[in-house]
Amino acid sequence: MALEHADVLRAAHLARLGLSDEDATHYLDDLGRILEMVDHLQALDTEGIAPLAHPLDATQRLRADEVTETDRRDHFQRCAPAVENGLYLVPRVVE
Amino acid sequence: MQWETVIGLEVHVQLATQSKIFSGASTAFGADPNTQACAVDLGMPGVLPVLNEQAVAMAVQFGLAIHAEIPEVSVFDRKNYFYPDLPKGYQTSQMYHPIVGPGEVEIGLDDGTTKRIRVHHAHLEEDAGKSLHEDFHGMTGIDLNRAGTPLLEIVSEPDMRSAKEAAAYLKAIHSIVTYLGISDGNMAEGSMRCDVNVSVRPKGQAEFGTRAEIKNVNSFRFVERAIEFEVERQIELIEDGGEVVQETRLFDPERDETRSMRTKEEANDYRYFPCPDLLPVVLDAAYVDHLRESLPELPDEKRARFQGELGLSAYDAGVLAASREMAEYFEVVKDTCGDAKQAANWVQGELSGALNREGLSIHDSPVSAAQLGELIARVMDDTINGKAAKQVFQALWNGQGESADEVIEAKGLKQVTDSGAIEAMIDQVIGDSPAQVAQYRDAEPEKRGKMIGYFVGQVMKASRGTANPQQVNALLKEKLDALC
Amino acid sequence: MHDKTLTELAASLAAGEFTSRELTEHQLGRIERHDGALNSFITVTPDAALEAADHADASRARSEAGPLTGLPVAIKDLFCSDGVLTTAGSKMLSNFVAPYDACVVERLKAAGTVSLGKTNLDEFAMGSSNESSAFGAVQNPWDTTAVPGGSSGGSAAAVAAGLAPAAMGTDTGGSIRQPAAFCGITGLKPTYGRISRWGIIAYASSLDQAGPMARTAEDCALLMNAIAGHDPRDSTCVARGVPDYTADLAAPLSGLKIGLPREYFGDGLDPAVEAAVREAVAVYESLGATVREVSLPHTHYAIPAYYVIAPAEASSNLSRYDGVRFGHRCENPSDLIDLYKRSRAEGFGEEVKRRILIGTHTLSEGFFDAYYKKAQQVRRLIRQDFLDAFEEVDVLMGPTSPTPAFDLGAQKDPVSMYLQDIYTIAVNLAGIPGISVPAGFVGKRPVGLQILGTHFAEQRLLNVAHRYQQATDWHLRRPELAEENA
Repeated sequence: MALEHADVLRAAHLARLGLSDEDATHYLDDLGRILEMVDHLQALDTEGIAPLAHPLDATQRLRADEVTETDRRDHFQRCAPAVENGLYLVPRVVE
Repeated sequence: MQWETVIGLEVHVQLATQSKIFSGASTAFGADPNTQACAVDLGMPGVLPVLNEQAVAMAVQFGLAIHAEIPEVSVFDRKNYFYPDLPKGYQTSQMYHPIVGPGEVEIGLDDGTTKRIRVHHAHLEEDAGKSLHEDFHGMTGIDLNRAGTPLLEIVSEPDMRSAKEAAAYLKAIHSIVTYLGISDGNMAEGSMRCDVNVSVRPKGQAEFGTRAEIKNVNSFRFVERAIEFEVERQIELIEDGGEVVQETRLFDPERDETRSMRTKEEANDYRYFPCPDLLPVVLDAAYVDHLRESLPELPDEKRARFQGELGLSAYDAGVLAASREMAEYFEVVKDTCGDAKQAANWVQGELSGALNREGLSIHDSPVSAAQLGELIARVMDDTINGKAAKQVFQALWNGQGESADEVIEAKGLKQVTDSGAIEAMIDQVIGDSPAQVAQYRDAEPEKRGKMIGYFVGQVMKASRGTANPQQVNALLKEKLDALC
Repeated sequence: MHDKTLTELAASLAAGEFTSRELTEHQLGRIERHDGALNSFITVTPDAALEAADHADASRARSEAGPLTGLPVAIKDLFCSDGVLTTAGSKMLSNFVAPYDACVVERLKAAGTVSLGKTNLDEFAMGSSNESSAFGAVQNPWDTTAVPGGSSGGSAAAVAAGLAPAAMGTDTGGSIRQPAAFCGITGLKPTYGRISRWGIIAYASSLDQAGPMARTAEDCALLMNAIAGHDPRDSTCVARGVPDYTADLAAPLSGLKIGLPREYFGDGLDPAVEAAVREAVAVYESLGATVREVSLPHTHYAIPAYYVIAPAEASSNLSRYDGVRFGHRCENPSDLIDLYKRSRAEGFGEEVKRRILIGTHTLSEGFFDAYYKKAQQVRRLIRQDFLDAFEEVDVLMGPTSPTPAFDLGAQKDPVSMYLQDIYTIAVNLAGIPGISVPAGFVGKRPVGLQILGTHFAEQRLLNVAHRYQQATDWHLRRPELAEENA
């Protein structure tokens, strides 16, 4: 499955990675060869094989419904780039 | 051309857990911004989710209430997209293996019939935070308190054919979740929100038309209005030679219209894949059976019992069973007075009228169910008559007394059934009304029935409303006819 | 002091030969003298270390010392340390002071260890040479023109150079074992789920696993006793009893059945590395083990499957770095999309971007089944290969890496770099444990022997590695460091 310039730009946009046209050209070659390597998978017949998401066949444990966290807003917001009145600030979101 | 409307609903219900779906932070509404957002909710580097058992139990209870399949295994997936109120850049949801499989909900229609709406599935997911658009120097503020609140998303099949059906379905869902106690159902606070998929097609056509999705409608009334507007818009569009575009629209209640949400509609590509931080949720039959056995009586069952066992009309049973609080109130009234029909009449008549006038919910009623039940019992044992009962109700409503008996006593409303005393009052009235007596005597016998009303009124007035009206009627008729 | 193993240091502290403060000061002094060139630490925390050392000495004075009390360790800068800069080797987190401790960090503190600081790594643990770090490459102490391996390159180099007697690493596709091999130390990747991932900055969640890196298997066992075990904060961390990993170290190996995977001795394997590994296997035979060849038929699909699964998970795990709540934020964003795109373009390095792009592409509409689903099916086949092999043998042995450490700057092509991880990656896909032990040299550069066991067989692996280290002295060799002016 050959990768095209537009695919790189599309992935970059979905991943919100700023990429110029030249950047995309630069990545296209590497990514193309990585996918070529990955395409070896297609040679294998996996008909009827169940996908494996986790290496152990374990099941989800459940947590008791209890409030265990306290307000640590100031602590957590110490590493925030922009806050005001306890809110994280971002450029205006237009709806 | 005759058009048919096709509607499907995605209802998001916030589950009434104490803590979030994947963290131990509180879900309480209305806290200061970001004071209930812990490291997990903030998506801090290195944090991990652990599933809340209560969220699972509540989802399963809902599934059982709509007679849905509960699959043994369900899986959480990540829905990837960027938005400031979505801290991790993905929402943990269930795309391929939801916790609740296909089920159905029965809705009542205006003509008294019912209709079954199929539920495609219901899945668990985490709520997002909130964007506050007040001006912070041209910036938007992000509050992540709501992030991670458990949501049950209930996805219907496109089975509804009118705005009224959609509203009835939403009410039925509301009534189920509040009956189960798995959500407070408070639409104003966003505990229940819905996305509406609407399309139109020429009547008789099998294929669906192109649908528009109206996002985040948050009241029963708005659902109806949004659909009505949208249907009209789509029909006009098509009749003018245009085409409906598949898009997301927003309902503006102030202008009573829907409008396109994004100018440049981007093709969404959420890149769903199984969340590697969570393992498959496996529910064994014993667990599901245990929840099934502990389910409360549900609206449908209650309605059937009210109709079948208590002999209420379909309409009365439907109204009384619609909300758990209403039904519970009614049952206490009924048990206290011993008569279901009287109880139903009072709850839907005097009580509902008073609540509506003051904009109160039954939860806030100043007259308790026990007080009302006792009041009705006093009517039934002839302690007071109907007219006095209304006065007693009003007094209880205003807090002038702890019980019906206390009010009856204090206001002297006890019914007079002593026929000697009533006869004395009748003699007095007849004596004071020679002209009316003459008219009565001269009237055709078949017209006299109507004329007796005047005398009844006078006697009741003389008794300050406490005379037994049946007795007054009978004695008056006897005495007047004797004069003829 | 710095030539001693962790176990020896523990005995010296217990015997009162020196205090934890003296030991810690000594290690800090070595870091000061030698790390300028090596660059194995991103952050050194001398004040906190000395405070912890004093605390440890005080506990010992009260006879409250445990087996690890007062022992210095270094921690890969992928583990969150409360109040300490935690960078993941990325410009994105170059200003991130973690607000909480990772589970492993908590448990090491509780055991009384002294953290010297945070070690260098490939950015977000993505790499096999430590060259993708935003904080510069790390030198291999054995040969400063060589890479230390990656991604836990700083941890491996620090231990090899005697800057720290032990370190914590993480392993997603070989990131503990390969740098351990390149730097001539011992590194254990435990079974997936054996150690909590809470507080470890995620690269690929279904593959990431923390583990100890030290001079000897015995040292690794000592550390495992402190860090292994259930943590309710990590859904994937198993609730299963933790044995005393030091208890059976000396058990005899007679009757041990060793399997040599045919596919681990094929094309691309450096003959000198192969010779060292075969010599090590011969030592095992002399210790009473029997050896046979086995096959892991899907070995060559492991790298392709890994480069679908790991980047897919990474692309999602790294979406949280958006310039809003923590981490790098671009100057004067014009709008929301600009904030995202520029913050992330500036904050992430090239290898991370490559993997985000691959992961985003393979998960996107129309590609999911061909890539992601296919890779997960292959993952099951790969796990089955191992389970089948462990029906026949107790452990598998082979080289950790096909070559010794390569030259700094030598691997320019990402794909050929990826292919270097041929012997380590399948282990993460299968979730089994693996250990790399020093087994000789090719010129100045160490060679690692990799020993693999079935799920939760750590105790057996440590025993097998320990017996080898009783019979050989490769793990006792030390590099000569250039003397530097302080």
